[in-house]
Amino acid sequence: MELTRRDALVAAVGTGVGVGGGGVALSITRSEPEEEASGSASAAGAGRKKGVDRELLATFVAVARAIYPSTLTGIEEFVRTYVAEQLGTDGEKTESRRTATRETASELDELAASWHDTSVVDLDPGTVATLLREIGVDIAEPDPSGTIAQRLRFHVVNELHYALYTSPTGGRLVGIENPIGHPGGTASYQQGPST
Amino acid sequence: MSGVDRAPSQTAEVCVIGSGPAGALIASVLAGTGYDVVVLEAGPRFDFDSRPKRMERAIRPSHSNDSVWGMGGERDAFSASGEQYYPLNAARAKGVGGSTLRWQGMVMRLHEADFERRTRDGIGADWPLSYGDLRPYYARAEQELGVAGAADNPFAPPREEPTPLPAFPPSYSDAIFAEACERLGVTTHSVPNARNSERYDGRSACVGYGTCQPVCPSGAKYDASTHAEKAEREGARVIDRAPVKRLATDRSGTRVERAIYATPDGEHTQRARQFVVACGGIETPRLLLLSESEQHPNGLANSSGLVGRYFMDHLFAGMGGTLDRETRQNHIGFMTSETHQFYDEPGEGTSGAGGEVPAWKGNSRAEDLGPIKLEFLNYAGPSPVGSALGGEQWGDELLSSLQSEYGEHIAMGGLVGQLPRAENRIALDRNRTDDQGNPVPDIQWSIDGRTKRTLKRANEIQRAILEELGVEISWSVGPEETGPAYHHMGTTRMGTDPGESVVDTRLRTHDISNLTLASSSVFPTSGAMNPTLTIAALALKAAAHLDRDL
Repeated sequence: MELTRRDALVAAVGTGVGVGGGGVALSITRSEPEEEASGSASAAGAGRKKGVDRELLATFVAVARAIYPSTLTGIEEFVRTYVAEQLGTDGEKTESRRTATRETASELDELAASWHDTSVVDLDPGTVATLLREIGVDIAEPDPSGTIAQRLRFHVVNELHYALYTSPTGGRLVGIENPIGHPGGTASYQQGPST
Repeated sequence: MSGVDRAPSQTAEVCVIGSGPAGALIASVLAGTGYDVVVLEAGPRFDFDSRPKRMERAIRPSHSNDSVWGMGGERDAFSASGEQYYPLNAARAKGVGGSTLRWQGMVMRLHEADFERRTRDGIGADWPLSYGDLRPYYARAEQELGVAGAADNPFAPPREEPTPLPAFPPSYSDAIFAEACERLGVTTHSVPNARNSERYDGRSACVGYGTCQPVCPSGAKYDASTHAEKAEREGARVIDRAPVKRLATDRSGTRVERAIYATPDGEHTQRARQFVVACGGIETPRLLLLSESEQHPNGLANSSGLVGRYFMDHLFAGMGGTLDRETRQNHIGFMTSETHQFYDEPGEGTSGAGGEVPAWKGNSRAEDLGPIKLEFLNYAGPSPVGSALGGEQWGDELLSSLQSEYGEHIAMGGLVGQLPRAENRIALDRNRTDDQGNPVPDIQWSIDGRTKRTLKRANEIQRAILEELGVEISWSVGPEETGPAYHHMGTTRMGTDPGESVVDTRLRTHDISNLTLASSSVFPTSGAMNPTLTIAALALKAAAHLDRDL
């Protein structure tokens, strides 16, 4: 199943990032960015966006490839778009979150270099998954100020799972067209299972 | 300095304390009539655009439920010394809009019998008002809140006009329940929701985020910030982060003269001709008790000694499990079908072509039951995103788990109302203080035998319906596991006898001539319906009296 840029944008709308054209008939007035997010550091809304550095985006993509279902395609664009929208906006809170996420990602990279002699972005998905398990991310409680395992769970793994499983494509993978956190309207709850 | 003007209004005619539905409605009505109104709200003014982030906080397990609306800490400290622990902060919010910021949004009228519990059943207390007295205010409250409903409930009390919005259509799982209920002779019907089924009053139609409780990012669910903003547009001032510490009377002791409130910039005093305390069933009696003085040594408006007494809540009864087919849960965060068949006749059995719900075995006075409201859930079982964020798997393994876990859950809920008992009360814990140095509320709460019996009966009915469906029942919440619905009622009860009640039918305190209490705290008996529509109706009634007095 293919993740689309729209998935990332509507997931970002769900988390309150100012995105226009998400394809959802929300009546909340949100400010339109001057151009749509591209996932690059110079993405949408000149003057409103700080951007996310290339290395951090690459780390998110590498982890997503390890923790997302193998049937998914379009992961890179989805992740780049979502992360750019989540962490690329201006503001004190986002800046603080971006810094904490960057520090956590750097620590992951250091561990990859130490244990596997290369950057996490150059590891294959299976090895990234192994690395995360070796660190204990799979069993860690998410905590933004905890151990490296807890911070990775909070800032990276759960960020990615939140993005995926509140998106229409992520929901459909499980069997729900309008997952919690996604403003998918009030039609699907009335409908029976598709044949 | 905070940069916000929180100084008192010099010309205020009405001072409203609390900006939940009661306070905001009264402020809106009176400001709209032309009075100079000031509202003092203990919590902050939340930015509407912050709601999606609050939703994320609600969904992600790393954040506590209290943190969604910033509850907790010294400001919201409390004690619970009763037989049963009371988790006070689990479902309240302090801020412009009050706890409606996080409520579920179910808005039923009480039944006629709820107003006559003593007369009909010989227990509890009658209201000094009848359903007929409140009926026009119910209709107006439905307009104000924007209720989406239908006239398909044969058990509802009489009404003359339709709700302003059409009901939300039933869910797929409602249809599954309806078939089983029909086979048992149980009638199902729609749910009145304070949630826009269509665009209404400048607010969005529901877009299905599924997180109604604790936060609606689209604003489709009514919350009282709507009326706080209306009040402001009519000229009222709403001062946030301004907890009132006490009310002071004049020399005669019969009129409130001043509200002393704290702000980030220091303490202030607000004067007015009329004062309205609209702080819910916990903080309303607490403020009266904190306002003790030489003239009122037991607290303000407390000559009866009943301020804080007769605390009541609704208790939850539930049961659920899995079916052998898809049930399509968790698309939305609200309910679309219920049955009130067992509200006025909780002990009666039913029968249909496929079987029966057996009648309650005990039928003597000692075996009496209270009203039961039964609900068919649209959010049974775990949500995929919740499971993904809390699980220990990822990749294909996680997806496989989510796929097998999601899809076949089904469940019923229900509410049962407590009777008023004097020993259930809100008192002051003088050994513990809040961030203002004031004693915190102490909730002394227990659950009586009649309530437990009624919960057992609710489970009995739920089991009959679920078994008729063929559900493999895996959990139940009954008398032993139950918890509160966070509907705080009864702590400044309404009545005609000043020795037996705190406020009269105008919601004016018997003791203090310019003090109105607009809150579920005035309910003499709780019923089993969610209380907010009744709170709104009473507030509109109180506003009419205040208008005449002013």
